[in-house]
Amino acid sequence: MRKHHIAIALLAAGSMALTACSAGSLGSSDSSGGGKVSLSFLIDNGAETVKIGNQLAKDFTAKNPNIEIKVETRPAGTDGDNLIKTRLSTGDMSDVFEYNSGSLFQAIAPEKNLVPLDDGENIGNLDKNFTTTVTANNKIYGVPWGGFMGGAILYNKDVYSKLGLSVPKTWDEFIAGNAKIKAAGVAPVIQSYGDTWTSQLFVLGDFANVLTADPQFADKYTKNQAKYATTPAALAGFQHLQQVHDLGYQNKDFASAKVPDALRYLAQGKGANYPILSALTSELIAENPGSANKIGLFAIPGADASQNKLTVWSPAGVYIPTTTTGAKLDAAKKFLAYIASTDGCNSQTAASAPTGPYAVKGCTVGDNVPQVVKDMQTYIDGGNTSLALEFLSPVKGPALEQICVEVGSGISKADAGAKQYDEDVKKQAQQLGLSGW
Amino acid sequence: MATTTVTRSAETRGDASPAGRVRAKSPYPTWFYLPAAVIYGVLFIVPTLIAFYFSLTRWSIFDSKFIGFGNYVTFFKEPALVTSLWHTLVYAVVTSGLKVVLGLLLAMLLTSQILARGYLRSVVFFPVLVSTIGVGLTFTVLMNPEKGLINQSLAAIGIQGPGWLTDPSYALLSVALVDVWKGVGLATLIYIAGIVSIPQEYFEAARVDGAGAWDNFRHLVLPLARPATVTVITLSLIGGLRSFDLIWAMTRGGPGFTSDVIASVIYKQYQAGFYGLSTAGNVVLFVVVTAIVLPLSRFLNRKEVEL
Repeated sequence: MRKHHIAIALLAAGSMALTACSAGSLGSSDSSGGGKVSLSFLIDNGAETVKIGNQLAKDFTAKNPNIEIKVETRPAGTDGDNLIKTRLSTGDMSDVFEYNSGSLFQAIAPEKNLVPLDDGENIGNLDKNFTTTVTANNKIYGVPWGGFMGGAILYNKDVYSKLGLSVPKTWDEFIAGNAKIKAAGVAPVIQSYGDTWTSQLFVLGDFANVLTADPQFADKYTKNQAKYATTPAALAGFQHLQQVHDLGYQNKDFASAKVPDALRYLAQGKGANYPILSALTSELIAENPGSANKIGLFAIPGADASQNKLTVWSPAGVYIPTTTTGAKLDAAKKFLAYIASTDGCNSQTAASAPTGPYAVKGCTVGDNVPQVVKDMQTYIDGGNTSLALEFLSPVKGPALEQICVEVGSGISKADAGAKQYDEDVKKQAQQLGLSGW
Repeated sequence: MATTTVTRSAETRGDASPAGRVRAKSPYPTWFYLPAAVIYGVLFIVPTLIAFYFSLTRWSIFDSKFIGFGNYVTFFKEPALVTSLWHTLVYAVVTSGLKVVLGLLLAMLLTSQILARGYLRSVVFFPVLVSTIGVGLTFTVLMNPEKGLINQSLAAIGIQGPGWLTDPSYALLSVALVDVWKGVGLATLIYIAGIVSIPQEYFEAARVDGAGAWDNFRHLVLPLARPATVTVITLSLIGGLRSFDLIWAMTRGGPGFTSDVIASVIYKQYQAGFYGLSTAGNVVLFVVVTAIVLPLSRFLNRKEVEL
């Protein structure tokens, strides 16, 4: 009798453990009756991302009636990073998933966890700027999700034309223009430290200017031979952040404002410039109707007017984990090939207005795009772009946003912030096992 | 845990010969303790030992590499750490101190003969029952420097309120105040129990001797409610030292690093994928809490015995 009880207890404990495991693999264990294959597809839960995911799933199934795509969502940001890593390491990953390219992609051990796509259909069609950000050990692992983004300054064209200002080509011009903007009673630079990540743009978006000064910076940085604190061009980003605060050019509520507030100030002309990712244009237009043609974009200006370049963020990637096998693997490869085709781009355009050019050859964003995208296209057509540091080097520190908030709020100074960031990236480099750290 | 209970119950019985006292015969067979021992071992002892091991590795969820004390060196070189240690202490002392003072005052009020005493007691205790995250988010909205109710109310009477959570010099203290608001109910409850258990004869005797209200408080309530004070200090100090949820919900350690405590620094390392480093941080936190609370509770309890 006693033994019986113990057996029941063990059984109960065991079944609890089992249910705990299967909660993560919802949707991936469905049967494939009648030659039909069902793929689970994990994307982040941003409103625009979900629209695009559902549209792609619908359009792909319309073309391939035997393959069904089930869209699942996950949190964005660092919570999402944890979830992706945990599910990959426990073999619980969805059949196909969307995740960042560049340094975050390197951190999920692609060679161990992902299926290489090199010989796949349409892979040759992808933009080189994108494929380098999803390549590990000379193998390509992902197809692009959405378009390129610019890390730049969005500006209110009405404010600029009313004050007779033109787009600044150097940082000094930018500061001079800001003095006029402030005198007119408009906040020159909008900052939104309520959403901490937005504080990083003056540093990360300045990288094209760093490369202008030292084309080898990314390589040296990866090898621990170049530092932010000791490279004047790299330190400039932190100094700009401090200068904007010291001169009182920020909006009054910079410390608590969030992205929607900042976008509203920009659209209403209460603020003139907002350093941010161009991907936020879709939110800007959705929340502030009529702003599509009022808001433009320019690259974060550097020291040299003749080298005015835009820092570009590569699209996120769509990957297949090694746990996807057999008929599902074939179906997943088909789905990725579809995303990397012009049909795939058109499907994404239908779901959400593109906020930057696609990384697939032959894809166009169409004529009916917001001013921000047109301005970005001008930089791209003129060849005046370079990728952000996180796509050229796997080394990126996790605390940059807090460090930038400190520098931008006057809590610490630019050179102290740069030094602190150099210490911060060391951990990431060691974690990745890079040589020289 | 199971074993300590066994030996203690054996000792207290004290009826056996000197030899037998060492290992008194338990009325239960040994296997009776097995289920508890297995659960305790699997859920507590094994993870703790594994954590000590992983704190010595560079661990990236996919693999781990032994690096000796490298994580501890990095952790103590972390610029945020030294300030976060200081913040943790400030936070623990401020919350614990305020809870003692306010808890005692509220308990005095709520044990006196006032109107609606039962209702007021539950009102004071209510915040303890509310979810910490909910409290944090609510106060974040209330403390918004421009749109928050607190600063708008202050503006109505002509005071320009500070940026409670956005001003680096106020952020940590603002969170500490919310923590006190949320936790003072428990301290009050403990004090009420302590005060009520003081025999009424003492007060009658004091009245005969001509003691006033202040004398009653100073010479009767304060010393006789000492066990309650010890409990409140110990509980709220431990709570303050390892506090995380409220701080994370309200400021995420910001602005910058100005309200970072040890627990939030550890969590950030974990978020960044530095699992070995954050495990090392947890070991440090464990040592710090033990190093502060163990001597403190010994000190407080010894005083209690002498009294």
